[in-house]
Amino acid sequence: MELIFEISTAGRRGFIPPKSDVKGYELSDKFKRSNPPRLPEVTEGDVVRHYTNLSRLNYAVDVGFYPLGSCTMKYNPKLNEYAASFDGFSKIHPYQDESSIQGALELMYNLQEDLKVISGMDAMTLQPAAGAHGEFAGIAIIRAYHRFRKDFKRDEMIIPDSAHGTNPATATMNGYKAIEIKSDKDGMVDIDELKKMVSDRTAGIMLTNPNTLGLFDERILEIAEIVHNAGGLLYYDGANLNAIMGKVRPGDLGFDVVHFNLHKTFSTPHGMGGPGAGPIGVKKFLEPFLPVPTVSKKGEKYFFDYSHKHSIGRVRSFYGNFSVLVKAYAYILTMGGDGLKRASEMAVLNANYLKARISKILKVPYDTKPCMHEFVATTEPLLDHGVKALDFVKRMLDYGVHPPTVYFPLIVHEDLMIEPTETESKKTLDKFVEVIDKITKEAKENPKLLLEAPHVTPVRRLDDVRAAKQLVLRWK
Amino acid sequence: MDSYIPHTNQDVKEMLEAIGVKDVDSLFSTIPAEKRIDSLDLPDGMDEFNVLSKLRKMAYSNASADRYSYFLGAGIYNHVIPSAVSQIVSRGDFYTAYTPYQAEVSQGTLQSLFEFQTMICEITGMGIANASMYDGASALAEAVLMASRYTQKYKALIADTVHPEYLETVKTYVAGPGIKIENFSHDETGMVSVKDLKSKIDDETACVVVQYPNFYGIIEDLKSIKESIGDILFIVVANPISLGILEAPGKLGSDIVVGDGQSLGIPMNLGGPAFGFFAIREDQKLVRTMPGRIIGETVDVEGKRGFVMTLQAREQHIRREKATSNICSNHALGTLYASVYLSLLGPAGLKEIGELNLSKSHYLLDRLEETGHFERVFYGEFFNEFVVRTDLDVRKFYKTLFKNKIIGPLDLSKLDKGMQKHLLFCATEANTKEEIDKLISVVEAI
Repeated sequence: MELIFEISTAGRRGFIPPKSDVKGYELSDKFKRSNPPRLPEVTEGDVVRHYTNLSRLNYAVDVGFYPLGSCTMKYNPKLNEYAASFDGFSKIHPYQDESSIQGALELMYNLQEDLKVISGMDAMTLQPAAGAHGEFAGIAIIRAYHRFRKDFKRDEMIIPDSAHGTNPATATMNGYKAIEIKSDKDGMVDIDELKKMVSDRTAGIMLTNPNTLGLFDERILEIAEIVHNAGGLLYYDGANLNAIMGKVRPGDLGFDVVHFNLHKTFSTPHGMGGPGAGPIGVKKFLEPFLPVPTVSKKGEKYFFDYSHKHSIGRVRSFYGNFSVLVKAYAYILTMGGDGLKRASEMAVLNANYLKARISKILKVPYDTKPCMHEFVATTEPLLDHGVKALDFVKRMLDYGVHPPTVYFPLIVHEDLMIEPTETESKKTLDKFVEVIDKITKEAKENPKLLLEAPHVTPVRRLDDVRAAKQLVLRWK
Repeated sequence: MDSYIPHTNQDVKEMLEAIGVKDVDSLFSTIPAEKRIDSLDLPDGMDEFNVLSKLRKMAYSNASADRYSYFLGAGIYNHVIPSAVSQIVSRGDFYTAYTPYQAEVSQGTLQSLFEFQTMICEITGMGIANASMYDGASALAEAVLMASRYTQKYKALIADTVHPEYLETVKTYVAGPGIKIENFSHDETGMVSVKDLKSKIDDETACVVVQYPNFYGIIEDLKSIKESIGDILFIVVANPISLGILEAPGKLGSDIVVGDGQSLGIPMNLGGPAFGFFAIREDQKLVRTMPGRIIGETVDVEGKRGFVMTLQAREQHIRREKATSNICSNHALGTLYASVYLSLLGPAGLKEIGELNLSKSHYLLDRLEETGHFERVFYGEFFNEFVVRTDLDVRKFYKTLFKNKIIGPLDLSKLDKGMQKHLLFCATEANTKEEIDKLISVVEAI
């Protein structure tokens, strides 16, 4: 498709600003822009057609099944979008007087309370803008806690080898050494290793539970005890919270800090990569370290609370991604406690059903117990036919389904990480299994089909190496 | 209640049979039994009609820009947004897509981000832009981290006219790596004091940060700042909507330009979400220390142009603890607002919007001064915001404005106790002369 710059024609306009009703002001020459930016010159119709046609090149949840592991691509309800667009939510300013935004503050307060109930934590902040941003704030809180206690020696953050890349990157950003702990043969944290690893240098451990293999670490209570006894704290990466709502609460398992991904578990859309929202919850003893402000209530009045004594400060401007919060709150209202529990149950049912069926076609490692909301399969045996996992998933694009996450977690070779979510029907899952089956047969009978895939997408396989070597990062 | 979950009883039965377990609960057997719960202490779910009624009531209890006039800015601005913006960003194939990991079915996302990067480069005058950060404050924090990563020096000099919340965010981010933050002051023009800045530069200084226009609305003289700091990395926090009329920071010696994109077609949303932008001068070494996703052009196997995420070896999913940042989700949808907005406006529209902001804010200042109750505090030139000192009782003033459906300026004493009776007023193209005159008549009646 042409770039919007390539359809530009000098003199065309797409929007006419309001006519001035006051006298003009002449800026000093020294501040004046010397050359206008080369923005497109197009009509409103040009713009609408350009972006509409671009949008049609995208795969999306509104288009079809999107079983991307660890991303929880569930359906994004439309009422949430509608509610977030209300003038009273979208056209309000962060610095207007609290008395004039009581409805917005009430919503934030209620959401904090609901997330506490769901996670079993004691205090919340809605400020972080994404999961990794929540991780950053959460680990900063752990750091601030140790330092407040003058426990300066702790400089290590323990992270399983199955963890999301954001975990070790977050540890580094907070000045910690990321210490990798190997998974044992069952895909769990290796307890014996952990015992050897903890010391008075352990600041904490970052865990995703269920982990990225989709397995719930059964020895979580023992892990918590080991880390706590060594003086470290437990961080819960909430990426996989969709598996356990109404079944178990991270706060009851010994976790001290939890982040949520509202754009995963609470149905807010992923927006091509964001905005999400990554609230964090903490246990009571960490409340004084929360970023400011949070939302509190005094009598019937809601207010921004700056009272956290040892706050880590801010992690962004203002209060968080408010319109994402509105959507997540609308979702919780719609689902209710029982609905959230049913969402987790059906997400886990879907994953286990898919695992049962796919394990008859592909290899599924760590398949001795039920998985949670996702599982990992591998196409490793197909290497004998010259087919890699990447070829396998590119072929899926020809069949009109979005591939699972591929080559992650790093501890399984040639893996597909599959998360169906609860909003997909048995029929959709059955069709997906048919596609997997068909491609597996193709891999053995006619591998070329996969090696050259995709065939019917808007563009075919793209040259990543060229993109990185001959950098073209903008139109000129 | 189950309109989002498709399972019939028959489905569940068949699926359990295929798995080989007797009930759904047994799928949760790996969770320690003593910690399992049966339910969440939350109310029952509600139908759509009742959810919307409840939320509409909450929304309506807020004073919003559809019913009030705003003279409030300080980082978030009430601008006119063309109708086509929300129509386009509301397309499900944009907003319900994920990060474009499968490039072949994400060309809409990738091309729009490539166009966005180009537009950011164009308005800032920089060579390379990434595909967004969370907001202006975190973008600045990441810029300061990047400067230290690049120079291996651990002191950042930040003007005291940078948005206070941005400064607080930077302080949180630099705690881990241990970067020292020092502020330098401004003079009676409201512009930074180059003298003070120069006196604080030493061998450990990695970067200098200024805001353009600054927190008090004043347009900084970037050129003279650049001349006084030499090779130290120059970071500029810019308000993008001002760049239709103000000289591009890239032309004035900046190395990194960041800022918040809210003013480019995004509703105020109580301060979020919008997006942060992040641009650098064209430099092959610098780009490899940049945070965030970057989209690059390439070709497919048939030679057809296409776009992919590139330079991923900087990022957390590849580089893990050695990544340039932990950022994963960004604010891609926010960039789509901006791309559509800037496409609709074009160079002429962006210039006209800039001129309107300039003329409305100057008209507002003139009228305020005429009342005799407001005195201009800084004499530097300003864009759409300015500081005045007032002799009015600030609380009473706000109350009276509110009664008259006006959201007043920012009371700077809330952020800085030394600034009692100092107000930061803002006017944009969204403020009509009629609104401004009404504000004045309300003042005159006090």
